[in-house]
Amino acid sequence: MQLVLDQEQQELRSSVRKFLAEHAPPQRVRELADGDGHDAELWRRLSTELGLTGLVVPEELGGSGAGHVERAVVLEELGRALAPVPFLATAVLATDVLLGIDDAAARADLLPAMASGELIAAVAWDQESVPAATKRDGAWVLDGRAQRVVSGDIADVVLVQAKTGQGTGWFRLRGEHAAKTPLRTLDPTRRLTNLDFAAAPAELLSSPDPDAVRSRVRDLAAVALSAEQLGGMAKVLEMTAEYAKVRVQFGRAIGSYQGVKHRLADMHSALEQAGAAVRYAAWTADVDPQELPLAAALVQVLVSPANFQAAADAVQLHGGIGYTWEHDAHLYYKRAKTSELLLGTPDQNRARLADLLQI
Amino acid sequence: MSAPEPRSRVPRNRTSGERDAARPREAAEREIDSERDHHRESRSGTAFRAGVRDFLARNAPEPLGELEPAEQLRAAKRFQAAAYDAGLIGITWPAEYGGQGLTAAEQQDYDEEAAHYDLPGSPFMVGMGMCGPTLLDLGSHEQKARYVPPLLRGDEIWCQLFSEPGAGSDVASLQTRAVRDGDSWVINGQKVWTSGAQFSDFGALLARTDPDVPKHRGITMFIVDMRSPGVTVRPLRDMTGRAPFNEVYFDDVRIPADAVIGEVGGGWLAAVTMLGHERVSIGGSVRRGGDPLAYDNLVELARARDRAGDPVVRDRLAGIYARERALALFNTKLRQEAEAGSPPGARGSVAKLAGAELLWQAVETAGLIAGPALTSWEDGDAAAEEMAIAINATPASSIAGGSNQVQRNIIGERILGLPKEPQVDRDVPFRELKVGTQRRP
Repeated sequence: MQLVLDQEQQELRSSVRKFLAEHAPPQRVRELADGDGHDAELWRRLSTELGLTGLVVPEELGGSGAGHVERAVVLEELGRALAPVPFLATAVLATDVLLGIDDAAARADLLPAMASGELIAAVAWDQESVPAATKRDGAWVLDGRAQRVVSGDIADVVLVQAKTGQGTGWFRLRGEHAAKTPLRTLDPTRRLTNLDFAAAPAELLSSPDPDAVRSRVRDLAAVALSAEQLGGMAKVLEMTAEYAKVRVQFGRAIGSYQGVKHRLADMHSALEQAGAAVRYAAWTADVDPQELPLAAALVQVLVSPANFQAAADAVQLHGGIGYTWEHDAHLYYKRAKTSELLLGTPDQNRARLADLLQI
Repeated sequence: MSAPEPRSRVPRNRTSGERDAARPREAAEREIDSERDHHRESRSGTAFRAGVRDFLARNAPEPLGELEPAEQLRAAKRFQAAAYDAGLIGITWPAEYGGQGLTAAEQQDYDEEAAHYDLPGSPFMVGMGMCGPTLLDLGSHEQKARYVPPLLRGDEIWCQLFSEPGAGSDVASLQTRAVRDGDSWVINGQKVWTSGAQFSDFGALLARTDPDVPKHRGITMFIVDMRSPGVTVRPLRDMTGRAPFNEVYFDDVRIPADAVIGEVGGGWLAAVTMLGHERVSIGGSVRRGGDPLAYDNLVELARARDRAGDPVVRDRLAGIYARERALALFNTKLRQEAEAGSPPGARGSVAKLAGAELLWQAVETAGLIAGPALTSWEDGDAAAEEMAIAINATPASSIAGGSNQVQRNIIGERILGLPKEPQVDRDVPFRELKVGTQRRP
């Protein structure tokens, strides 16, 4: 297994980091968090100038044919910057659904536009609330509600896993055919939207085993989200360590006190281990499909709680200033809690790992 | 989005009894093993790995727990020599000094295969993990040529003579003296917590060679022959009741001038070098097949006590698995980075700290699984005995090789660049310091 980045991957990382520092600085992220939470211009430039949106899309479909290791590198940087773009929805979830199903026509229709940034796609796959698909006059329509769809508010296309007479199926429908209710969110930088369907016209995507597609998409999403969380974790550690070097109390920099130093050391230790696990999981996604479910469960068990702990410690170690609206620490705290729960709770994640280990 | 249903080959709502009825455990395990073997084969099915597997199958001794210490040592030496002769020890060490000159990939092949066995490696850990690598870094060509090959083959065993009664975490406060006398150095003083001194042939000794300069600058590292006149080794019992470590006394012990490792007065650099190797070595060696607190064995314990179906037990076991894997992956990453030219430096402290914390978590989980049965057992129950020893030995992991608190200071200061704590003794000549509990004349 390969746990260190090669030259090219390191260059990708620094170019994305530099780009985001310039175009998605904290001030910009805050403005958007107060507004509609989407930076269309940033998305366009990420797609066209850097070609990041179609990273795992094959070249013949307009992508760059890279792998999950590269996508994880980009997600780390997006997580560091809290970049307000629909990358998780479009370049991860929807892309993975399309690559997973057996529908070359839909792929050829949607993926090039998604890769070029013209089309924003979201995925509705909540299992608490599954829309129903029925055939009327030879055409499929969807009824019901999809809850908490990531980037659902700005989606041009929604891919929906819906109940049919025989199990489930994957459907595509146009964003305007869903009634969108943007939700108030714990994390203002990650928009979640309820989508209501009332006889919404939809197209069935060819997929012999829709649940297997869902499982693989879920595993890849866990890997992707963990990479994003890793970036957030690295950022809060850097921020807090820097602060501990300059903030003076009782006549000494607070970082010289063991009470502070040791907590930062624990944060670093958790980050290093999370980092190794994320590299492993991304590498597995590329080369070892059989091992992917285990790696995905592992990385989630490790990274989600560690990320939240780091974000909470960052607020704590900044003291009163860390608890204010004007400091960035709360943005990472809110993102960390949201990400920790987005794909299931920590105990559910551990139960899933235990299942895979056949304990 | 919310949590999907867990996907599993074994439905989660079955009780363990039903699961056993549906598929006997042994059969299930064989299946898992053959699946894992298959993965390994397809990923790195090298001739080297095949050789390792074949060698271990033929030569790995049964666990030595039942044998007398002297017989354990003989058996360990036999195995080490056989493995060395088969080209499986010192895999990444330079061929010029008796190593195999291969890469981290072969070492990983070996480690993964060896993890299936409870191999008798502990007498060689200090030499292989700490003294040998330090000799390679700082020793002269003559020293490396003389000492490294027998160290690898297990013909000569090494110990590390650092800690003193007044200098534990504060190693640089050591008081053992080395005074130059013609072509020799004369050593006087006392060391403590010296693992394996009772069967070691050589030791890497830190001694003060100049008390008139600040404490870090007046230290030198020496190679000392443990059979020299004036060396006295006295066993110390640890809290498990065993005596794996010792007090070592030096009374006018004479060692030759060419026994200095590195520079005279450069002992602190040598110590830091060795401590870096030590942390990597300890962190990297925490999980082994025979450790009762390892994940595999805790699962075994849960099954044996019919506790594997308990949701809380499963939750903790999954947590242990995750942290064990995380530590192993981090160690692999450190190795791969070292291979690519960036040595781990202080990052070994992360592995050391994580390994110690993992053991504490495992102790808690063992108690959760076994409950009161962990407290007592009938004479002759070897498994229970080993678990008790492992639990009683766990505090060592947070103290030996630098306490968790020291590791956190190292991570904070050397990796994160946080300011050091105020040090009052940094620039004061050693002879003016209050050291340990006594003031020096």
